[in-house]
Amino acid sequence: MASLIIAEAAIFTIFVVAYLYYIGKSLTGPTPSQVLETPIFFTICLLSSSLTIHFAGKFLERGRLAAFLGAWLLTIVLGGLFMYGTASEWYRLIYEHGLTISTNLFGTTYYSLVGLHAFHVTAGLVMLSIVLIFAVAGRVGRDQSARINVLSLYWHFVDAVWVVVFTVVYIIGR
Amino acid sequence: MSSDAMVIQDAQVGQRPWVDTLHEWVTPVDHKRIGILYVLYALTFLVIAGVEAGIMRIQLMYPHNHFVSPQVFNRMFTMHGTTMIFFVAMPILFGFANYLVPLMIGARDMAFPRLNAFSFWLTALGGILLYFSFVGGSGLYGAGNAPDAGWWAYAPLQSRAFSPGSSSDYWTISLLVSGFGSIGTGVNLIATILCMRCPGMRLSRMPLFAWLSLTMSGLLLLAVTPLSAAQIMLLVDRYLGGHFFDTQAGGSATLWMHFFWIFGHPEVYVLVIPAFAFVSEIIPVFSRKPIFGYPVMVAATVCIGFVSMSVWAHHMFTIGMNSYANSFFAITTMAVGIPTGIKIFNWIGTMWGGRIQFKTPMLFCIGFLFQFLIAGLTGIIQAAAPFDWQLSLSYFVVAHFHYVIVGGILFALFGAFYYWYPKVTGRMMSESLGKLHFWLFVLGFHMTFDVMHIPGLLGMPRRIYTYEPGRGWDTLNLIVSIGAFIQGVAVLVFVANLIISYWKGAKAGNDPWDAWTLEWSVSSPPPAYNFASIPRVASRRPLWDLKHPEDPDSRYE
Repeated sequence: MASLIIAEAAIFTIFVVAYLYYIGKSLTGPTPSQVLETPIFFTICLLSSSLTIHFAGKFLERGRLAAFLGAWLLTIVLGGLFMYGTASEWYRLIYEHGLTISTNLFGTTYYSLVGLHAFHVTAGLVMLSIVLIFAVAGRVGRDQSARINVLSLYWHFVDAVWVVVFTVVYIIGR
Repeated sequence: MSSDAMVIQDAQVGQRPWVDTLHEWVTPVDHKRIGILYVLYALTFLVIAGVEAGIMRIQLMYPHNHFVSPQVFNRMFTMHGTTMIFFVAMPILFGFANYLVPLMIGARDMAFPRLNAFSFWLTALGGILLYFSFVGGSGLYGAGNAPDAGWWAYAPLQSRAFSPGSSSDYWTISLLVSGFGSIGTGVNLIATILCMRCPGMRLSRMPLFAWLSLTMSGLLLLAVTPLSAAQIMLLVDRYLGGHFFDTQAGGSATLWMHFFWIFGHPEVYVLVIPAFAFVSEIIPVFSRKPIFGYPVMVAATVCIGFVSMSVWAHHMFTIGMNSYANSFFAITTMAVGIPTGIKIFNWIGTMWGGRIQFKTPMLFCIGFLFQFLIAGLTGIIQAAAPFDWQLSLSYFVVAHFHYVIVGGILFALFGAFYYWYPKVTGRMMSESLGKLHFWLFVLGFHMTFDVMHIPGLLGMPRRIYTYEPGRGWDTLNLIVSIGAFIQGVAVLVFVANLIISYWKGAKAGNDPWDAWTLEWSVSSPPPAYNFASIPRVASRRPLWDLKHPEDPDSRYE
């Protein structure tokens, strides 16, 4: 998983570089400062889900299955909230501001970078949900602890990427 | 007693229906089977891409030749380049790494056997997709049926406006798919080498082959992913109307170049490091000496890996970067010469004073040494930015990188084929056919690629489908083409040798070369689980210790 994360990090690096390179290069509007609003609440959701998944892993190691299930469910809910945040932001951008992926360079880079991240969150949510189904069915025990930790490593990575994306898109990009 | 048991097993194998055998070969998770599949798959594409090269050489034999149209010529060089890099060189090297790494480090399989199979089929699918473009590439537009934008597919040639139809989409998607396969292989090799070594096999005792495969896998993770990212951006541009590489909307064609070469240059090392690995295993065995300067070899390899990540823009001196960037990339490029030089000296140091046996694998390795040196030297020449402004996009560059890939990588690969064929099949390859192959190939290679430098210096640009007579290029191009066909004949000799030796070759036994690494301790071909009991090693040459208990290497470590 560490190797995979290195590879993924390289992919994101390229997209981040493209975003940084194209800041302010759009020939037509809308520009980031006109339309972007900082999604602080949803960022907190995503970042705190890193904490909950960490605790879920710890609970599982100690064999506290009910606590594990709760923390795991909370992680999924927080991740889902974040996805809702992204979806509503995109909805607003597309229907109120008319910004789509083909409008201008900002649109192209914004949707592909944030979209790539959202895709990874979605993939993570799918994996988390599969574990949840197994856990509800009673198939997840202390034996699976190592696997759960690998999955949570991925989730931490997705969160860390969001920190970079957030910095680039909402702080430097405006 | 045990040989009786073997015979009975063989008889059972012969009676099984062919569907079962086929099923075993389509759904293998055993690293050896997957390795063989990779190699066979790559050899098929080697022949296909070789035919494409042949078509180009026929076209360029005479000025104003009309063998193929310019459009077809464009498709040929695009497909030749793409196929050779992505569907010949990479899979064949993955095949060798797959087959040999677990055997060399004393493991029973790769760390993730299913991921391994998945990676292979992704790569295979990528190749099939690329060639399906000949059938499906024209799309609804009736425009060109195979990718024709060159293997770099520079913007804006690959954009909708200049590449209508679906041919470029096939190119993009096939590289994306096979790229994911490569990443899978990289992850798998790293996990295998770091986690599955047998007891006693410390990192400092690993065969150089394993070390170099580790470096290659690290490069795969960092080099292939930028290409995948760039391909995703290209797909966004082509399908969703994005503007990444669309200069009319403020996008940048240069950015594609940067992304492509951030992949493209480390890719050279992804290919050449396994070639180093073959040479580092073969030369000591046929010089009857342990490798000279093992720790320095490892350090030099890892160093090459790191430096190679920072040299990409030497492919782009002519696009007009500022002088700081030019100097930076010229210096880093020249710096690669230092660890590479160390390696060449170490190989020579290994041969120095050894009792050299000039068997076919060794011949190919010696050819590699000379040719790779020359290829490196022309590389250094072009690292000087002002000189590169003259030579960039000329046949000099084509000659240089074919010198690296054919004269270096392919020679090492042929050596590897002759060296490990007995282990894989249990039969020796014919020495006489092997020598014929070697000398024919050397002759053809030098006729083609030595001479090819000259029209480059005289100003012949690459990728032209024909040229005016009387520029001094005519005879040279004819010689180049003749050399290419001699190489073709040599490859046919090689393929014939592969096939004939499979049935007629002498029985190899476990250890035909009196070698020292673990793969030679098991039967040829190795049993399904490699090692009946996991070996325990105490030095870099475990088989030497076994054969010479009175003077084991472990005493000196």
